[in-house]
Amino acid sequence: MSLPKFTYCEPKTLEEAALKLAEYDGRARIVAGGTDLLLGMRRGIAKPEVVISLARIAGANAIVASATELRIGAMATLAEVAQHPLVQQHFPALACAAAVTGTVQIRNMGTVVGNICNASPSADTATPLLIYDAKMIVVAPGGERTVALAEFFRGPGKTALTQGELVKEIVLKLPSGTTRSNYQKLSPRSKVDIAIVGVSALLAFSETGAIRRARIAIGSVAPVPKRALEAENMLEGCQLTPEVIAAVAAVAAKEAAPITDMRASEDYRRSMVAVLTRRALQQNQREQQ
Amino acid sequence: MDKVCITLNVNGDRYELAVDPWRTLVEVLRDDLNLTGTKIGCQTGDCGACTVLIDGKSVASCMMLAVAADNKNIATIEGLSTGQDELHPIQEAFVEQGAIQCGYCTPGMVLSTKYLLDQNPDPTETEIRQALSGNLCRCTGYHRIVKAVEAVAVKMRADGKGE
Repeated sequence: MSLPKFTYCEPKTLEEAALKLAEYDGRARIVAGGTDLLLGMRRGIAKPEVVISLARIAGANAIVASATELRIGAMATLAEVAQHPLVQQHFPALACAAAVTGTVQIRNMGTVVGNICNASPSADTATPLLIYDAKMIVVAPGGERTVALAEFFRGPGKTALTQGELVKEIVLKLPSGTTRSNYQKLSPRSKVDIAIVGVSALLAFSETGAIRRARIAIGSVAPVPKRALEAENMLEGCQLTPEVIAAVAAVAAKEAAPITDMRASEDYRRSMVAVLTRRALQQNQREQQ
Repeated sequence: MDKVCITLNVNGDRYELAVDPWRTLVEVLRDDLNLTGTKIGCQTGDCGACTVLIDGKSVASCMMLAVAADNKNIATIEGLSTGQDELHPIQEAFVEQGAIQCGYCTPGMVLSTKYLLDQNPDPTETEIRQALSGNLCRCTGYHRIVKAVEAVAVKMRADGKGE
């Protein structure tokens, strides 16, 4: 069973890749790690006439930090992101999520940018990037634009990318002051399976221990990975008590709109949003103390 | 739809090939280079039977286009042992511990073990099980495979110290 036929090209620059993508309007696909695209082609879901590889673009796999931000290039693999010291130090929810996506082999091939562009509601790296207010740098034939990740997901498999656009890199602002964050994944069979629920939570604490800023993002429980905005609002300015945690977890569950499928029922998913939100907040609290 | 000229460095041998771009690395290894030790299992990146090392990292060669391996160093099961008639210590341990039954998953298991021990020469049982979680076995069972990895880790550490 071979893959369907296509023409292959390896542009040397992102601009060139964008031009190719625009030229074949809807009939070309970008390949980075290939783990989602090849699967889609094998299943007959993806039928590109042209496959445009990012493999020859210099520096596309870079993970680079400045004084204020971290940039994750389009070809940086899940394993490279998971093992990067600055990701582990400043963005532990992302390091954790990248380390539990798929298998060892998939993490050595698949990329974080690809995981986001595939736009699965269950993408492990989506909720961590949402709590870190990630920005996607999008390249088109005419230039660049920035899209907040919260605006990027448009539905299962659908993104804000339009004709000729591809993602160059993800930009994360380095946290200032005391912040704690983590990712909680539930997949009953093993970590290898996709998440039936994923929750990431970030808390920034003031000197008094009150919550200065809160982010909660929920995955696999709506058409897109999304922030639980009401739950976040309840936390700001609060001290974290067991009562507050329970109330916030309940609200986060209400913000979920899950479906029933072969992995879990709607009710179970909703209940687990509350459980994982509670665990995420409790872990943040323990690490703060 | 033109073929693409690529160079594959497999187990230290250099191959120059013109391949159709839609062919996967495992297809080219098996059909063009006659290296049939790498197996085709699920073809969806789940089972690990097609595991090879690319520049030292384990990958699922059914999920990789051959063109994406251009100019890279590929290690397959055929190249693991240095001698003609010898086994690599990992292969030996699999034999000694009864970690092979039908053998279909074994090349992938062995290469995933190699990748683990290259990074972590002294893994815990949990680390071994996590490292092999992308390799499915449908007959031997995992217990003896884990035992084999534990045994060879001890042996390779001892041998390493003796040098």
